[in-house]
Amino acid sequence: MATTDVTLQGAPGRLERKPVVNDMSIQVATVNGSGSQSSNTVLLRSIFQMGVPVSGKNLFPSNIAGLPTWYTIRANKDGYIARKKEIDFLIAMNAETAHEDVLSLAAGAAVLYDEPLSLNSLRNDLTFYAVPYDKLVAAVCPEAKLRKLVKNMIYVGVVARLLDLDMAEVEKALRKQFAKKLKAANLNMAAAQAGFDYAAANLKKQDPFRIVRMDKNLGKIIIDGNSAAALGCMFAGVTVVTWYPITPSSSLVETLIDYMKEHRIGPDGKATFAIVQAEDELAAIGMVIGAGWAGARSMTATAGPGISLMAEFAGLAYYTEVPGVIWDIQRVGPSTGLPTRTSQGDILSTAFLSHGDTKNILLIPNSVSECFEMATDAFNLAEQFQTIVFVMSDLDLGMNNWMSDPFKYPETPINRGKVLSKEDLERLGTFSRYKDVDGDGIGWRTLPGTDHPAAAYFARGSGHNEKSQYSERPDDFERNMERINRKFETARSFVPRPEVVSAGKSKIGIIAYGTSHWALVESRDQLKKEYNFEADYLRLRAYPFTREVHEFVEQHERVYVVEQNRDAQMLSLLKLDVRPELVTRLRSISHIHGLPLDARSVTDEIMTMEGK
Amino acid sequence: MATTSSTPAPKINRIGLSVMEYKGGKTTLCAGCGHNAISERIIDAMYEMGVQPERVAKLSGIGCSSKSPAYFMSRSHSFNSVHGRMPSLATGAMLANRNLLTLGVSGDGDSASIGIGQFVHLMRRNLPMVYIIEDNGVYGLTKGQFSATADVGSKLKTGVVNDLPPIDTCSLAIELGATFVGRSFSGDKRQLHSMLKAAIAHRGTVMLDVISPCVTFNDHEGSTKSYKYMKDHEEPLQDINFVPYFEEIDVEYDAGTTVEVTMHDGSRLRLRKIEESYDATNRIGAIQRLLEAHDKQEVLTGVLYVNSTAPTFIDLLNITEEPLATLPESVTRPSREVLEQCMEELR
Ligand SMILES: Cc1ncc(C[n+]2csc(CCOP(=O)(O)OP(=O)(O)O)c2C)c(N)n1
Ligand code: SF4
Ligand SMILES: [Mg+2]
Repeated sequence: MATTDVTLQGAPGRLERKPVVNDMSIQVATVNGSGSQSSNTVLLRSIFQMGVPVSGKNLFPSNIAGLPTWYTIRANKDGYIARKKEIDFLIAMNAETAHEDVLSLAAGAAVLYDEPLSLNSLRNDLTFYAVPYDKLVAAVCPEAKLRKLVKNMIYVGVVARLLDLDMAEVEKALRKQFAKKLKAANLNMAAAQAGFDYAAANLKKQDPFRIVRMDKNLGKIIIDGNSAAALGCMFAGVTVVTWYPITPSSSLVETLIDYMKEHRIGPDGKATFAIVQAEDELAAIGMVIGAGWAGARSMTATAGPGISLMAEFAGLAYYTEVPGVIWDIQRVGPSTGLPTRTSQGDILSTAFLSHGDTKNILLIPNSVSECFEMATDAFNLAEQFQTIVFVMSDLDLGMNNWMSDPFKYPETPINRGKVLSKEDLERLGTFSRYKDVDGDGIGWRTLPGTDHPAAAYFARGSGHNEKSQYSERPDDFERNMERINRKFETARSFVPRPEVVSAGKSKIGIIAYGTSHWALVESRDQLKKEYNFEADYLRLRAYPFTREVHEFVEQHERVYVVEQNRDAQMLSLLKLDVRPELVTRLRSISHIHGLPLDARSVTDEIMTMEGK
Repeated sequence: MATTSSTPAPKINRIGLSVMEYKGGKTTLCAGCGHNAISERIIDAMYEMGVQPERVAKLSGIGCSSKSPAYFMSRSHSFNSVHGRMPSLATGAMLANRNLLTLGVSGDGDSASIGIGQFVHLMRRNLPMVYIIEDNGVYGLTKGQFSATADVGSKLKTGVVNDLPPIDTCSLAIELGATFVGRSFSGDKRQLHSMLKAAIAHRGTVMLDVISPCVTFNDHEGSTKSYKYMKDHEEPLQDINFVPYFEEIDVEYDAGTTVEVTMHDGSRLRLRKIEESYDATNRIGAIQRLLEAHDKQEVLTGVLYVNSTAPTFIDLLNITEEPLATLPESVTRPSREVLEQCMEELR
């Protein structure tokens, strides 16, 4: 059995490896339900507090307890926070996956393992560190039934020692994690310290990886996209929230409930909001539409299966022109698919959700700060255009922790759109709900309860004329549908514009959106450094496409559209939008494995397609 | 016995509106369709109760029945939505504006088949609204297929016999938590009229199943939802007398034969018993009696169950008094300090 000393085999010349500072990917392999999430968060935050850019990604099973889980922390001095393919430092806690985990490592990686697993015999081109967790935990945690939960904090201490993390930062992160539970904090701190002390006394540093203090994170926050979205919705003035639990969207509403209870109870002790767990997604969207029709800022959050169920109602909202916001935290489909893996697979179905001619506005955040900001955009656009606005987040963004600058207080006022009040009606005498009086396609509406005899109109999903009267006349139907389309065209000038990075010289362009962005930031640097290949870049932030998107395609001979789905869904939308002769410029780079996109895969694929 | 409908209606009601102000568009339903009679009763009840039409939100699903909100109360906002999903729409509307008087009109297909999921959840929330099922035992609008309220043995014109048991929407509603449940018949003008007025005064979910014959597809021999069948099988449980809070109580009642229920707004619902042992405040008894009625092929009508004190969904959610829809930005957007505090917690 392995000694507690460092086991170092073969690999000639490895000792001379240059130190690798602030550039590594640490993977913790555990089973879900073992409480490792706290340990991983503490580890992530410790590195964050040391000023080194960091990201954490949880790869978890669709299961409550007992199945393999991997948590990957990437620390990178240059600020790359996309998933990195290679693992540099493996913390192997799960007997079931340990062998495969070790075998899949690249040479030179380090492995920290639970001593009884005896992993050191598997390979001779890795650095192995064995830790007798059970022995150590028994010493710090007299209560046997708590040991399982505390055991994982030991590796945090060991890693702190091996990577040179400041234990004061570990303690700070840990006390934040257990803020409300002093006893648990003390117990866990003792475990971390035991790990640290054990490593100091018994493990000899043999790998090149180190964390050295930087100052890149001053003032920054760490938050997951769903919590950021929740905050955004609260500051966007949401009043009615409905939901039906589904991974990966549930935490958005659960966090929103906490925030609203804290910050949106009026002086009379009464809620300035209503949050309802609906019986299913059919009801969730129905309530959103009912509330939107009656004048509330209403929303729901869901994932692909919920979006599918909402299809019929989405068409009703489109055609009766009722505002609402739907967050789609995308996961891998079709069907139940991989419910705990990330995807951009709902783009096409959501853009056209419902039967007949239906087109929806989509906003696509790439970061936690955009989750926050786009919440206000989404509600404002929904009320301005009297339609449902979908915010297309994904599991990677929604459920993982991301660093960010603190969110800026929304300076855009809440825009309730074209709503006629009692006073307006007194002035006007009458109104036509679906008449395009302003030339932008958007009619004026009234809210139920408006105290004026001319306020009422009859909203209906069946054919109607400008006055919202039932009509089966072909000309009424056509005119109305054309007007609704005009709204969509107007929306092109109001939705968030894309981010364009262009030197104006390259003939090649790359288009990406959402979380793919982070792989693209890194990939474009790789392309430049390794292949001297410079491509312009456009990050989409909304559908319908704005003018800049068309210009970008016009300006480039080849445009790679990078996305996380099989069928090149965004590329398909672009094809429908650009001039026909430009369609052949669009090339697809698609990934559907359910893991966050990594830079290397994109770089390799672009180079292959460029014939290099 | 006292009724409020036997006295001729005054020219204007207590808020100064004539009955014309409660009318809707011209009906496009078949002449003689029960749904039309129900629309008329709604107009009369709203008028007599002096409800401000602008306060009313009319919602419906899809079906002949669901079209009917177009045929009454044009001064009220209305939403004719999708098949079977009106309950969620109504829920959202009430969350947005708790001051609305929400009236849902549905059909037996709309509620008991495609919409049964939303129907049962609406009942258990006790959302303040009046929910009317215009029950004809068939899908009128799709030309006469059986619905899930059709009785065993009832026959379509084509000769097809229904052999599945019916869903009794009233016993379901009582079981699940609706707080005012009644059954009536579109042809029973007096009973339906009083019941609707009480429904308007009730605070909580009112579920009324109103047998409403479809003259085109289900009014023949062999149908259990025909005018004739109802004439022969209707068993009223009570004489219903509703005294709104704004009217003097002139007639004393005999406590031995009449139960009086005080409504949320102070109105009184007086149920003079026809069936002596029936107690409309007893949930379990009500459900049991409904089951017996099925066995005896009776159509029990009247106020089946009433509870005027249960908390509503709006109460449970602790929603502020002012409608959420019109809360100002100063209330719905927390301050800069709150954001700063939230940011600090994340550092
Ligand atoms: C999703 C969907 N499925 C089917 C239909 C077709 N459809 C319209 S009305 C109706 C039945 C209506 O029956 P009911 O609610 O009893 O109303 P009635 O016409 O009898 O008053 C059906 C099946 C539809 N409109 N939508
Ligand atoms: S088909 Fe039946 S339900 Fe429909 S309008 Fe005619 S009578 Fe009424
Ligand atoms: Mg019917």
